[in-house]
Order: sequence, then C-alpha cells, then structure tokens
Amino acid sequence: MKPLRIKGGRVIDPANRVDEVCDIFVRDGKIVPSAQASRGDEVEVIDARGKIVVPGLIDMHVHLREPGRSDQETIETGASCAARGGFTSVVCMPNTSPTADNTSTIAFIKQRAAAVGCVNVFPTGAITKGLKGEELAPIGSLKRAGVVAITDDGSCVQNNDLMRRAVEYAKMFELPVLDHCQDYNLTANGVAHEGYWSAVLGLRGWPAVGEDVIVARNVLLAELTDWRIHCQHVSSARSVELIREAKRRGVRISAEVTPHHFTLTDEYLKDYDSNFKMNPPLRTTRDRDALLAGLADGTIDCIVSDHAPHCTHEKEVEFDMAPFGIIGLETELALALELTQKKLMTLPKLVEKFTVNPARLLGLNKGTLSDGADADITLIDLDRQWKYDVGKSASKSRNSPFNGWDLHGKAMMTIVDGKIVWRDE
Amino acid sequence: MSATTWTRKDLLGIQDLTPEEIIFALDTAAAFKQVGKRTIKKVPPLRGKTLVNLFIEPSTRTRTSFELAAKRLSADVINISAGASSITKGETLKDTALNLEALHADIIVIRHSAAGAPHFLAKHLKASVINAGDGAHEHPTQALLDAFTIREKKGRIAGLNVTILGDILYSRVARSNIWLLTKLGARVTLAGPATLVPRVFEQFGCRVTYDIEEAIRDADVINLLRIQHERQCKTMFPSIAEYAAMFGLNKERFARTKPDAMIMHPGPINRGVEIDSEVADCSRSVILEQVTNGLAVRMAVLFLCARGL
Amino acid sequence: MKTVILLDAAAIDRAVMRMAHEIVEHNPQPDMLAFVGIRTHGAPLARRLAAKVGEICSRTFPIGELDVSMHRDDLDLRDTPRAVGASHIVFDVDDKTIVLVDDVLFKGRTIRAAMDELNDFGRPQCIQLAVLVDRGHRELPIRADFVGKNVPTALSEQVKVLLTEVDGKDEVLLQ
Repeated sequence: MKPLRIKGGRVIDPANRVDEVCDIFVRDGKIVPSAQASRGDEVEVIDARGKIVVPGLIDMHVHLREPGRSDQETIETGASCAARGGFTSVVCMPNTSPTADNTSTIAFIKQRAAAVGCVNVFPTGAITKGLKGEELAPIGSLKRAGVVAITDDGSCVQNNDLMRRAVEYAKMFELPVLDHCQDYNLTANGVAHEGYWSAVLGLRGWPAVGEDVIVARNVLLAELTDWRIHCQHVSSARSVELIREAKRRGVRISAEVTPHHFTLTDEYLKDYDSNFKMNPPLRTTRDRDALLAGLADGTIDCIVSDHAPHCTHEKEVEFDMAPFGIIGLETELALALELTQKKLMTLPKLVEKFTVNPARLLGLNKGTLSDGADADITLIDLDRQWKYDVGKSASKSRNSPFNGWDLHGKAMMTIVDGKIVWRDE
Repeated sequence: MSATTWTRKDLLGIQDLTPEEIIFALDTAAAFKQVGKRTIKKVPPLRGKTLVNLFIEPSTRTRTSFELAAKRLSADVINISAGASSITKGETLKDTALNLEALHADIIVIRHSAAGAPHFLAKHLKASVINAGDGAHEHPTQALLDAFTIREKKGRIAGLNVTILGDILYSRVARSNIWLLTKLGARVTLAGPATLVPRVFEQFGCRVTYDIEEAIRDADVINLLRIQHERQCKTMFPSIAEYAAMFGLNKERFARTKPDAMIMHPGPINRGVEIDSEVADCSRSVILEQVTNGLAVRMAVLFLCARGL
Repeated sequence: MKTVILLDAAAIDRAVMRMAHEIVEHNPQPDMLAFVGIRTHGAPLARRLAAKVGEICSRTFPIGELDVSMHRDDLDLRDTPRAVGASHIVFDVDDKTIVLVDDVLFKGRTIRAAMDELNDFGRPQCIQLAVLVDRGHRELPIRADFVGKNVPTALSEQVKVLLTEVDGKDEVLLQ
C-alpha cells in the first residue's frame, strides 16, 4: 500500500479545530505529518482541490442483516453501501437472526467484517435475550467479545425496572446504552404518525407520545444511574425538548436523528407507498422543524441512517403489511449537506455530527485526522449534482423513498486504514 | 341532466372526486334505478366484460350488491373471498391481481382490511379498480348511495344538517361521507365517544361534539354507524351496554329529533345498540331504501368506470 | 360552414300532420297503437304525433320515452360520453303496435338500440318507425315507415333538429 498525499483539499477536522486548505499524509494506514510520509517511497497523490477532506464518516445505526437475512443485505454489501456513502465506520444493530445476544454471533459478525467488509464494522450487543425485554443478555461477555454498545434496537425494553438494572450493569463495563424509544401499548398496531394524515388515509395512528414517554423514562434513568443513554432516531418535537432540558441539567443523555426524519413528513404517505413507512414514523412539519432546530443547537448529537434493507417483495404489499424501514447509507450525506445549503448549520458543525460526536459517544478511537490516527478519510464534493438511482445501489435491497431525487453534494472517495475502498468515477 | 362527464377508470375514493363528478354519478344512478323496476331487469352495457369481486375482507351484503349490479349490466361475475385457497397459501395481493388480469378481468371490485389496497392495485393493473371498502380509509359507493338517498328524499344536500353518530375513527363509511357531504355543501356534525371521535376531524370541515342531544336536535339527517367489534379493542369504550345508553338512538332520543329528520344506517344494524328496533323500523328510517339505492349507485359506478375499457 | 334551413316551423307542422295521416292510413284498427319517442328530440315529436293522430281518431294514445344510452353499441367510441337518463314506459308493451319516433334517421344504430331496449319491456305485436328527417347513410338494414322529409346529405354534414319544447323554436338545419 503506497503512502498517500491528499493534496489541496479544504480539510475540516473538528476534533482539532482545523478548517483550512492543506494536505493530509498517510503512511501504513495512519495519518502522519508530511515529513514522515514518503521516506523515499513513491507517494500516491490524490488531487483534492475543490473538495472537502474530513475524517472518515461514522454511521452509528445501521442494519446489516447478517446473520439470518442475507437475502436483504450482507455485511459485505452493507459495507459497500457505506463506502459509497462516504462512511468508513458503521455500527450495526443486534436484531439479526440469531440475535446478537451471545458471544458467538458477535464473533461471527467480527470475523465476516474482517474478511469481506471494506469499512470498519462495530457490532452492538443486545440488552435482553432475544430482544424480548425479559432477561438481561450476557452484557459483560458481550463487552469482552467486542461490542461497542448495547441496544435492543428493533425492540424496546418496556419494563422500566429491567431497563434501570441494564443501565446500571452496562455502566460497569462502560458500555453506552442505545434505546429505540417506543412504548408498545401506546403505539399498538400503528403504522403512521397519529395526526391529520393518518385520519385522512385511514391508517392506524402512532402517537408521538409513544416515543416521548420512553425518552422521558430514559432521561430519568440516565439521571438516576449517572450513565449514558442514547435515544435512537428521535422523531418528535417533544423528544427534542425533553433531551434539551435534560442536557441543560447535566444528564448524560444523547440523541441521533435520521435524514428521512428531518427531510420528509407524514404528508408523503398520501399514495400509500410503503417506502415511506418506517419506525418511528414520519411526522409533521412541526416535528421536522424541531429536529432541525435540535441539530442546530446541539441537542441532537449525531446523524444516522438506520439503514434497514427489506426485499422488494416484502415491501411491495399493502401498506399495513409492509415491514418498517428504508435503506439510507448512500443518500445520507447528500441529505445532510442540505442543512448547510439551507444555512441551518456550518459545515464543520455538520461534520461533527458524523465524526467526533459518534466517536465520543461510543468511545471509538475514530473521527479525527490527528497525527497517528487511523487513516479513515472521506473526500466530499459539495457542488456535485447527481440523481439517486436506487437500481444502481450496492445494497441487495431497493427500499428507498429517494429514488429519482436530485441531490446536491456527494462523497467522492472513501479511504479506510489508508486504503482507497471506493472512489466515484 | 348535468353536462359534465366521467373519464375515470377507477373509483378509489370520494376524496379525489369533484362535486360535479359526484352529481353526475348520482344522476346516472337515477337512470339505473329505473331498470330495477322493469320486468327484464337487465341492460347490456357491460356485456362481455368480466368483473371480479375480490373480497379479502368478507362481506355478504356489499358483495351481493356489486354482484347483482354487475349482472344487471350483463357482465360476467367471479367472486373471490379470503380463505379462498391461493390467498391463504401466501400469494401476495399483487400476484393475485396480476393473475386475474392475465385472465382478462376488466373490473376488479376490492374490499380489503388494509387502507390503500385499492390504490396499490390500481398502480399495478390496467383493469378498472373499484374500492368496496379499504380498512378505515374509504367506502365510496356507500357514501354515494347515502347521498342518493338524501337527495331523493330531501331534494338536496347543500345546506342540510347531517349528523354522523358513532365510531368515526375506524370508519371508512364516515370518512367517505364526510368528504362527499362537505364537498356538496352540507353541514356535517360528528358525535360519539371522545375516544372514537377525535378532534382532528374538525380539520375536515366538520363540527365535533360529544353532546349527543345537541348533535341530533337540529339534524335533518342522522347517519348511525355500527360499533365495529372487529376493528376495535375494548379499550375504546367500556361496554356495549354503556354505548347504547350514552350514544344509542333509542326511542327517547328519537322523540327529541326534528319531526322530519331522516334516519340512515349503512348496515348491518345492531338492534338495541346504535339504534332501537322500533326506530330502525319506523317510517322515517330509510335503511332499506339505502340498500335498493346501493344497487342503482353501483350499477352507475360500474357503467361509468368500465366505459372505454 | 354554411347553414341551410331545411324546414321552418310551418313546414315541420305540415310534415307532422301528413305523417299523422299516413299513420292512420297505415293502421286502420288503431286500438293497440302506442307512441314511443327516443330521447331527446324524439320524445316531444312522439307527443305531437300522438296528439295529432289522437285528434284524427278522437281518442288518446299511450306515450312513452326511451333513453337508449344503455343499449348503444358505440359507448366506448364516443368522445364525450353523454349522461345516461331513465326510460319511461308505463303502459304494457305486449301486443301493441309501437310507433317508434325519432328526429333524424342516419346510420340506424340508435333505432337498433331502441328496438333492443323496447324488447326488454315486453313483446310488441309490431314496431313502425316515424322520423322527421331521413338523411341516408344507413349502416344497418333499417328503414322508416313514415318520413317527414328525405334529405340526401354528405357524411361531413350535420342535420340539427330544433323543437320548441327543448330548444325554444321549431327549425331543421343542415350544417
């Protein structure tokens, strides 16, 4: 592997407060000062003029479906999607089959990732066995097996006492707890946000309070246990308010949001297209605006895709019966860049949401371009106009609501451990 | 007779229709109502056309009405219901429909428990798709026959006070009626238990009240909805007995309605729950005429949509 | 496009009078006579004919109306689908001599549809056809028994019949 010189790009490295045009040097898979780069070897020069150079982007919420549903996605294809989207690290969820609630499954995932994954794959382990919300999973062993966090994502622990004990236990192993905030009773049988559009369309409603109630529970438990609870894919205005207020008090609560939640609303359900059906559901413009405000003021720490592949034949059914979720790794960055285009935040602030913030929340040694750091680097062309064609996706699945959308801004090159794993033609 | 025309091949909901289209359909239904009074109750417009009643959610009454309507138009009719083999074998709705199209079905009448199922079919098929009820979303022919009945008895729809009483939240009949009545200028009041009549419906141009007496006092038309056991759990209201006592149109409440107030119900009625037996059978109740009109309306809808196939 | 007046009000009246006499001549026993007009303009014409024949025979005859929209064979082909109306035949059609009345006889398809529909109401003893204008270009083997005026026309031309009951005046135009 040749040493690299990434030349002339605008380097944005929030961890080191860098935002200037300069070169980045890579040797033996690490970022190095310029002097150490060549050492007599031929250096490959990558022309980054006119591009943005950032630490490799991190997506801390994806579903790779392997083991169990390789028809929907595999670690290999999911990692390819990530690379195309400009992501050098992904954190995968445990609702596989078998569930990632045991060390063997974690070992399998890590092994597959090392063998065929072109980006870094960090597994999470389950909070409860089988994600059933009844008994704790072997959290200590899962930590030893290499999980970076625990979560029941896909499901949500309903028993508050069990959740409390899980958080206390996880704290011992310094494992953050990620929570898919959903009260099963309030959201029973729901398929769309409970509001005007669900009333018009005759779809069972899923009230925002079904998420807010669990966010509130998590705030209180995080306070009680003095440990880190991270609310996944927040979607409602009230969730943002609760988290903002809790952070002000110093509670160790954090939050993430998906591009579809800050871009789309429940009005998009008009044609009963199941590519707009996800959990949590798309909500109103008021909720969307609250999510944007939460991103802007730092209440929401990260942006994630919640990449959730489903086979076409599974999604192409009556709305009520379709599974929840969409793929998103390849459109994530462009949709996020709209926030800077709309002047809702600066580019460096946006980059934080994909780098320092997730790295900090999960204790990953990633997300910076410091000397000695792993050479995970993403090159972005802010001006590139392109049309998303889901037919050409690296995913095995095609469930995206953004097919045919004109997007502005794209990852042009993804480098992992100093190796170029993807470049745009 | 109105000067408008009908160019749709599908009838998916009332929400998409213009007031002119609705009136055109009602005028056409008036012509078809007359066919039922002849000795030979058959006319040939759909001769040689094949209609499939795809009733994934069961219903004898609506299905029979569509079947009879189609036969009186000289169409060939096939009935497919849930529990019929291929659907329970796991064949998707899309495949079922494509198979029917491969057999050159011209019109598919679909009733389904999932909202949006007819839209889904219309996207994939060239055949005419008629919505016979999709989940809680719409039941357009019911609203049309209700409107036909009101117009026939009261001479108009605009300006009338129409009260719809009962489970609005889970009712496709309610939604279709709300769209149609508001489009044609009626004043619509919705009433029932607060759990089943959420205030969000005020955004549809209706008045929402939980005071039953007030709701029926000035009503020209009272449309009673069934309590739907199959779509609710017991958390929406405590019991049938309580519903009947608090919200049912019993004799005493009926006595306080306007002397010419018309009583309607989409059927089947739960005697003693939404409506007392005597009220259901009294002269101001048009429940059976709704059934007759349903046939004429469905003939009109099939005739209009199947033209140009 | 020039417009020619084929028949004015007086001429229409004379034609109807003559046709009424022809109907009486053709039907020496008028007991079972009945008149059925084809919407829209055939209906008032049928009423006029029935009235005139009634004057001649000093009796009243049953009158009915047919809206043949449901029986047309060209439903799919029309550019602007017309609204459908109801037919009104309140008398018993069986064994009657029906005089079918229409304003213009052209290709013959309307008359075919009318005969089909009439059959659904019962079994007439016989059907005779009276038209105000026969403009030729038959596509089916149909002929009128009583004709107000024969007018040879080109296919591109249009014959328009206006009647007071519907249009406010009596006139037959060739366009």
